[in-house]
Amino acid sequence: MSPDSGVNAGSGAGDSLVSIRDLHFSRAGRNIFDGVDIEITRGKVTAIMGPSGTGKTTLLRLIGGQIRPDQGAVEVDGEVVHSLSREKLFQLRKRMGMLFQSGALLTDLTVFENVAFPLREHTDLPESVLRNLVLMKLEAVGLRGAHGLLPRELSGGMARRVALARAIVLDPKMVMYDEPFTGQDPISMGVLVKLIRELNDALGLSSIVVSHDVRETLAIADYVYVIGHGKVVGHGTPEEISGTDSPWVEQFVQGLPDGPVSFDYPAPKFIDELMHGAER
Amino acid sequence: MDLLQQLGQVGLQAFQRLGRGSLFFFQVLLGFPELIRRFHLVVVQMWSVGVRSLLLIVVAGTFVGMVLSLQGYNTLVDFGAEESLGVLVALSLVRELGPVVSALLFAGRAGSALTAEIGLMKATEQLAGMEMMAVDPLRRIVAPRLLGGILAMPLLAALFSALGVIGGFFVGVGLLGVDDGAFWSQMQTKVDLSDDILNGVIKSVVFGVAVTWIAVFEGYDTVPTSEGVSRATTRTVVHSSLAVLGLDFVLTALMFNG
Amino acid sequence: MHNRTLEIGVGIFVALGLAALLMLAMKVSNLGALTADGGYELQARFDNIGGLKVRSPVTMAGVRIGRVAEISFDNETYEAVARMTIEPQYNRLPKDTSASIFTAGLLGEQYVGLEPGGEEAFLEAGDEIRMTQSAVVLEQIIGQFLYSKASEGDGGKGP
Repeated sequence: MSPDSGVNAGSGAGDSLVSIRDLHFSRAGRNIFDGVDIEITRGKVTAIMGPSGTGKTTLLRLIGGQIRPDQGAVEVDGEVVHSLSREKLFQLRKRMGMLFQSGALLTDLTVFENVAFPLREHTDLPESVLRNLVLMKLEAVGLRGAHGLLPRELSGGMARRVALARAIVLDPKMVMYDEPFTGQDPISMGVLVKLIRELNDALGLSSIVVSHDVRETLAIADYVYVIGHGKVVGHGTPEEISGTDSPWVEQFVQGLPDGPVSFDYPAPKFIDELMHGAER
Repeated sequence: MDLLQQLGQVGLQAFQRLGRGSLFFFQVLLGFPELIRRFHLVVVQMWSVGVRSLLLIVVAGTFVGMVLSLQGYNTLVDFGAEESLGVLVALSLVRELGPVVSALLFAGRAGSALTAEIGLMKATEQLAGMEMMAVDPLRRIVAPRLLGGILAMPLLAALFSALGVIGGFFVGVGLLGVDDGAFWSQMQTKVDLSDDILNGVIKSVVFGVAVTWIAVFEGYDTVPTSEGVSRATTRTVVHSSLAVLGLDFVLTALMFNG
Repeated sequence: MHNRTLEIGVGIFVALGLAALLMLAMKVSNLGALTADGGYELQARFDNIGGLKVRSPVTMAGVRIGRVAEISFDNETYEAVARMTIEPQYNRLPKDTSASIFTAGLLGEQYVGLEPGGEEAFLEAGDEIRMTQSAVVLEQIIGQFLYSKASEGDGGKGP
């Protein structure tokens, strides 16, 4: 599909589709990443987990080239994302699909037109071919019957599935999922888990799932990275992660209220503050 | 000292916004040639900014013309010059009220809607999603809206003026008994095609650019929260109204001072 | 959205807008009245043109038959020279037509009024109207009036 894929194969990127090396990124004076190394293997579902506010979404935006790292490199399919020209970056993005937390469907277009949108923008396919393609992708997420609805008529889970159909309509090499399970009822959560796994295997995709829903994520991931305070604090297969001896990872996976991540927001001693408060 | 510092801060921020807005404007302009090929995108926007503002403009124009006629007659009749009523109505509308009032209404009706729409698209990640689909939102979303607004504004202003003249005619001739022929012939002798009508059209084009530019920029630059969108919408109406009035003074001084 | 209705709607909107522009151009402005292209030109000299301007109407018997095309000042004779464009169908103005500057109403605009003479020959393009009467300047009349009143008063009081 892309003219430069031959070059990539020659560059010996090996099994790694995305490799992140020594990534530093800070925003508004706060260090979000402080030397992160991550390898995403082709054909696998890789999960990136961590508490809220650890910059998991930021990581996806760095991979998509929407923001630039302060230091280090993000390499996708053999190309360093932030050194690409605008056109090259857009070419690369056609090979990536991304599922946003909210679905990010265009509100004034029907489900059908939403899925057709990337095709209409990037190709000149005849209407009949386009229709078949769109219905095929909608069938894959089980929503062919909903093609005439508007986004506001969909439930949250359905909107995410439509967005998933849209993310794979250009047949990308990889799909990034930003918090796919957040705020879903158990049934649509199950549907999404099944879809992510099945699409990954059936279409030969590579998937990156960013999430803090431990159970669902461990159930579908082939490999897991856990991020905390700007670094990778643990990685391995789901089994390795579950049986970890790192207190930090243990706290996160088990959902313990107190541990290395303290229950209290950093503050001066309570007794001191009470005394000084009286003086002021 | 503190006040001075704050003033400096505000000034710097204003310049920064102006600079960012200008860069944004030129980036969007780069997307215009592509729109010739995909003109249906502009047509859709002309529907939402133009056709949907039509009723407001029609009603407002007619009434402004009628009121002008009523007020003007009372003043002119004291000098026995009520036959100049047509001139008064037409000149005030074509030179000033048509472009200015329709631009103010346009800012309130279409400008705020544009800001809210783009701001919400940003807040709900639709713009970011588009970028990830390798679609440039500046070209796909902003450029058609800007062009649609620029094309719609002069048409709306012309409708406003024309309906105002007709409204003025009905009140002046129909109600107040000004002579039919004098109304039109005086108007035709005094209103000049290039001096008055063309300058009015130029004004409305400039206002159209200003209002739509401010509206799409505020939308695109929104803080992506619901509070941010509502503030941006308010800013659009305030800033574009002020811009229209300020530009009107400058343009009037340039055009009608010769 | 239904593309067809939308496009028709926008089409109607554009047509209405253009129609309004056309109406402003033809009905409101002087474009409708300005068919003077192809008329012929006459000249007249005045001692004082008052508030006469370029584009002011030229009338005969109250009907507009042309427009003032240019106003200039003759440095030799200290007179104002007004060139007028007369519409081509009014080509039978006698040679001894006279021109005066009138005011429409008390405060109205000023215009050139032509008064036909009795000659058989007609004015042709480039001709000059010989007999002219200048604009009435209100201040002068008031001044004259006051002056004459004053002198009258003096005569009455005298011994």
